[in-house]
Amino acid sequence: MRQGFRQSMAWLHTWSGLVVGWVLFAVFVTGAASYYRAEISEWMRPELQTGAPIDAGRAADLAADYLRAKAPAAQGWFIGLPQPDKPVTELYWWNDLVSPLQHALLDPRTGAPSPARDTQGGDFLYRFHFELNMPPLWGRWIVGLCAMVLLVALVSGIVTHRRIFADFFTFRRRKSLQRGWLDAHNVTGVLALPFHLMIAYTGIVTLAPMYVPWGITAAFKGDETRFFVEAGLSPEVRLPVGKPGSIVSLAPLVATAQARVSEPLEHVAVYNPGDAAATIVTIFEEPKGLAHLHPQIAFDGATGAELGTTGLVRPATRISAAFVGLHEAHFAGPALRALFFLCGLMGAAAIASGLILWSVARLPKAGERPGLGFRLVRALNVGAVAGLPVGLAAYFLANRLLPVGVAGRADLEVRIFFGAWAAIALAALLRPHLRAWREALGLASLLFLAIPVVSALTTGAQAFDGAARFLGFDAAMLATGLLLAFAASEAGRTRPPRRAEPAVPAGRPAQRAAGTPQARSAAPAPARRRA
Amino acid sequence: MTERSAAGTGPNGTGKAEADKAEAAMSRTGIPRSGLSYRAAVAGRVVLAALGGYGVAALCTALLSLTLPLVRSEAVTVATLASFAIMVGAVVYVFAARSLARAALGLGAVGLLLGGGLWLVNGFA
Repeated sequence: MRQGFRQSMAWLHTWSGLVVGWVLFAVFVTGAASYYRAEISEWMRPELQTGAPIDAGRAADLAADYLRAKAPAAQGWFIGLPQPDKPVTELYWWNDLVSPLQHALLDPRTGAPSPARDTQGGDFLYRFHFELNMPPLWGRWIVGLCAMVLLVALVSGIVTHRRIFADFFTFRRRKSLQRGWLDAHNVTGVLALPFHLMIAYTGIVTLAPMYVPWGITAAFKGDETRFFVEAGLSPEVRLPVGKPGSIVSLAPLVATAQARVSEPLEHVAVYNPGDAAATIVTIFEEPKGLAHLHPQIAFDGATGAELGTTGLVRPATRISAAFVGLHEAHFAGPALRALFFLCGLMGAAAIASGLILWSVARLPKAGERPGLGFRLVRALNVGAVAGLPVGLAAYFLANRLLPVGVAGRADLEVRIFFGAWAAIALAALLRPHLRAWREALGLASLLFLAIPVVSALTTGAQAFDGAARFLGFDAAMLATGLLLAFAASEAGRTRPPRRAEPAVPAGRPAQRAAGTPQARSAAPAPARRRA
Repeated sequence: MTERSAAGTGPNGTGKAEADKAEAAMSRTGIPRSGLSYRAAVAGRVVLAALGGYGVAALCTALLSLTLPLVRSEAVTVATLASFAIMVGAVVYVFAARSLARAALGLGAVGLLLGGGLWLVNGFA
């Protein structure tokens, strides 16, 4: 017999989804959380009070003073200016392109290290989303590979479906274990399908020049900087001349830049600050619209004279920037951002239900010993799907419970995140399967429900300062906790499933899937084909 | 169609044997799923899809970057944006082809054409 296109795509969907599912689940969850990165960071630094206006020029000069003392020979400084909703100066600097990025938070009024507790805040989840807390290049390639496989899984999943519209409305939870998971996978996958396709493709595009540099290789002889300048994405930046120099005061440049562009000024970058040919670049918030295009003005570091601005952005570049803008959703108001967040969680749910469906479709018969691969997949499912929420809750709790002054506090928080996650993944190997699900989800639920309580007890005065600052965050934690409690009780209710289902209703044999989850739609029921 | 129908019509409760059968049916070569040669064929397709798919996408990006009638930064951007769709198409083709050899031949032919085109426009200079 000859295999059909749909059959090979069903196979491809099943196996491509399985191999990247665990990583992608974490990428989707942390990505969805990253839509609220600023809010998470604010909650994790309760000491910072928003409100009173701050002089950005003075903050920039204080930051430059700090960096001159701390990193005079750096290749670059990146100064995040205080904003009305972020009353802190955030510094990054790098001494070369290999060693890790250095980071500091300053009080924008005094230039001293910020009084806020030491934490990576929402930035940790954001960076984990595309770097997995690995060396950046490794993490980005792995996540990019997984995103590519996700695209393949989405395309093959669509091909596999014969009745994509009907699947919107089909959820036969009680019919059988496998049917319930198949429908859950279809509903979460199909309902948010435009989002899933968009987010996978635009996610890859955010790092496109790294993944596919061959266009730049061919047309620009590999000169990436030239490409960014010609595309209008970056002003000209000068190379160091090797002679020592010093940079002018930043405050006048900040004022000049602010007078030129109506968008808020977000960052000041200084390239080769100790060199005679230092360049200072002011970077603004992107103007309203989809495109992720930050206006920039470059200045001569030694004299303060203007060197140039970002050039004309042509249509293709604008479309590419809109892809990135769609992914990051900076354009979105509160309602749309919430929708993106929910779609991201639906993506995570589609991945989780797909992983579980894989194992449910391969449950061994009574008396048959489950194979090693089967057991490994099931344990990894618990570890990835139920372990991550435990890790996240532990991360937030650690932020409130670790002493504020303890050394290496930010790293400790991260280590607690991974420690809790790894503990659940290990426990999943040792406990009976369904009990592992119930216990891990129950624990995650309890931890999330505890977050608002612990937060109120440990930061009471700050948390209730003004109009209940963290009401939204607390509500989100409670909702997550309740959702996980529901999941735990459902996992608890499921009896050890038997493969022997009640008799098949006569007349609909092809509806009964066996083997691969997609076998149903793959089965060529003549009646349906006519429909 | 018979083998596939048999895999699809079994009642839901028949277990792993049924699953195995369904997947044996997925082997386009008819070799049993658990056989070493089946595994090798799958591994071959994975490697071909990853490396061959990326290779075709990379060549296509380079060629389009040099030949699209646009400002060169725009040509690079269009080509790069399209490259991921091209790679997905190539991967789908590799797994949909009737045999590994056929997939390799098809992808190789496309790669040769693209490479030849790139050579003609001095893309390797």
